[in-house]
Amino acid sequence: MLNKTFLSTLSAILFACLAVPAAAEPSPARQKELIHLVRQDCGSCHGMTLQGGLGPALLPATLADKPVEGLVATIIGGRPGTPMPPWHRFLGEDEAQWIVAKLLSGFPQ
Amino acid sequence: MRHPLQFLLLGLLALLLGACAGTPVRGTGDLGLVIERASGHVTLVNTSSRSAYARIGGLGDLSHASVVYSRDARYAFVFGRDGGLTKVDLLEARIVKRVMQSGNAIGGSISQDGRIVVAQNYTPGGIKAFDAETLELLSEVPAEYAPGQFSKVVGLADVPGNKFAYALFDGGEIWVSDFSDPRKPVTQRFPAGQQPYDGLVTPNGRHYLAGLFGEDGIALLDLWQPEQGARKILEKYGRGEDKLPVFKMPHLRGWSVAAGRAWLPAIGRHEVLVADATTWQETGRVAVKGQPVFVMASPDGRQIWVNFAFPDNGWVQVIDTLSGKVVQTLQPGKAVLHMEFTPRGEAVWLSARDDNRVVIYDTRNFARLGEISAEAPSGIFFTSRAARIGF
Repeated sequence: MLNKTFLSTLSAILFACLAVPAAAEPSPARQKELIHLVRQDCGSCHGMTLQGGLGPALLPATLADKPVEGLVATIIGGRPGTPMPPWHRFLGEDEAQWIVAKLLSGFPQ
Repeated sequence: MRHPLQFLLLGLLALLLGACAGTPVRGTGDLGLVIERASGHVTLVNTSSRSAYARIGGLGDLSHASVVYSRDARYAFVFGRDGGLTKVDLLEARIVKRVMQSGNAIGGSISQDGRIVVAQNYTPGGIKAFDAETLELLSEVPAEYAPGQFSKVVGLADVPGNKFAYALFDGGEIWVSDFSDPRKPVTQRFPAGQQPYDGLVTPNGRHYLAGLFGEDGIALLDLWQPEQGARKILEKYGRGEDKLPVFKMPHLRGWSVAAGRAWLPAIGRHEVLVADATTWQETGRVAVKGQPVFVMASPDGRQIWVNFAFPDNGWVQVIDTLSGKVVQTLQPGKAVLHMEFTPRGEAVWLSARDDNRVVIYDTRNFARLGEISAEAPSGIFFTSRAARIGF
């Protein structure tokens, strides 16, 4: 049981490390802003707890099979034909990558 | 003839008995409820004293929560995002009953006769009807618009005849379910358009409007003549121009009708669309500061207050319905999520989520009348909704 949890955590960390190229981490103050943005503003469609609403859930389990580049591109450029808007006015690509990595490993409160 | 002292004594006795009973007798007409979205709390408020009088916790995930009232305006039914349905007694300031009715909900409504409370759900998509007294499940209508395909339900509104109208975001239809027999609802379906995002019923209960996200236009169903089907109004209001990004979906309710016109948020344009509420032809549009979210008329219909999606959600603008012009631009606080007028509209309460307060303005001179502390406040719901169709 412990082994299983340990292994899945380890693989999640490894997956996140492998998938997201090493990018400059946002400063702690900026991280706080990004967390607030995701929970409150992304949350108006995806839910504050990220369990989905008009938009899909953004939980590790629901995102696990999605390619990281695609997720980053969705945040930056939006998804035409859906209500997902582009967020590039408010986020750099490295910040979107940080958000994706955090979503995949369980988003901070 | 009795001695005046006898009356005095009787009065005193009544007062003493009242005190013994605990809660003094009072009405609920000036009471209301503020959602504190992040902490699962609600704050109960009094619009006469402009103050909070109680705070209740344990309501679950209240991000995007909404409220309807029992027809005696004593009980609030709070629909949480997590599918929780909580019945709150405003007089005793306590939770009377709470059920988990779905996995992911978006709001609810109460029937014309006040006996049925209906929740609208994203997952599993559909509506569920509950006994307003006991919260016992009576029936459900799954939003299965094609075999095995379920839609998220938006824009649920009570309409006369113990019916409920709502729209299917994924299904592109308006449905009207008749709950004359609460255990055996009968549903009519009407093709509406691409991606309805919310809906409203006009204050007289006659027209149901569904705002469309996937195309420029609004679907309109005449509930007095449903056989005519839904038609589109304000078609192609974007004139083929590229849409601006929408960082938060607008909300529609029957407050949009004022001064004989409907005042509706455009999608992807920083405009309020205006249509004649008889002919449904466009009569104008008002340029505003951002993507409108709530476009709300004051009870007398003289003013329209508009708040905006991120990143313009620190602004609020006021349109004068006589001139059709913006007459006031305010900055009530950070992240203004919702507004609510007092029953006769002398004041408006606005929630500033990121300032952790509800701010109160005088609607006549725009002076700030006061504020109430609340943790990440979102929806504000006064009991005057109890008597209105579509609330």
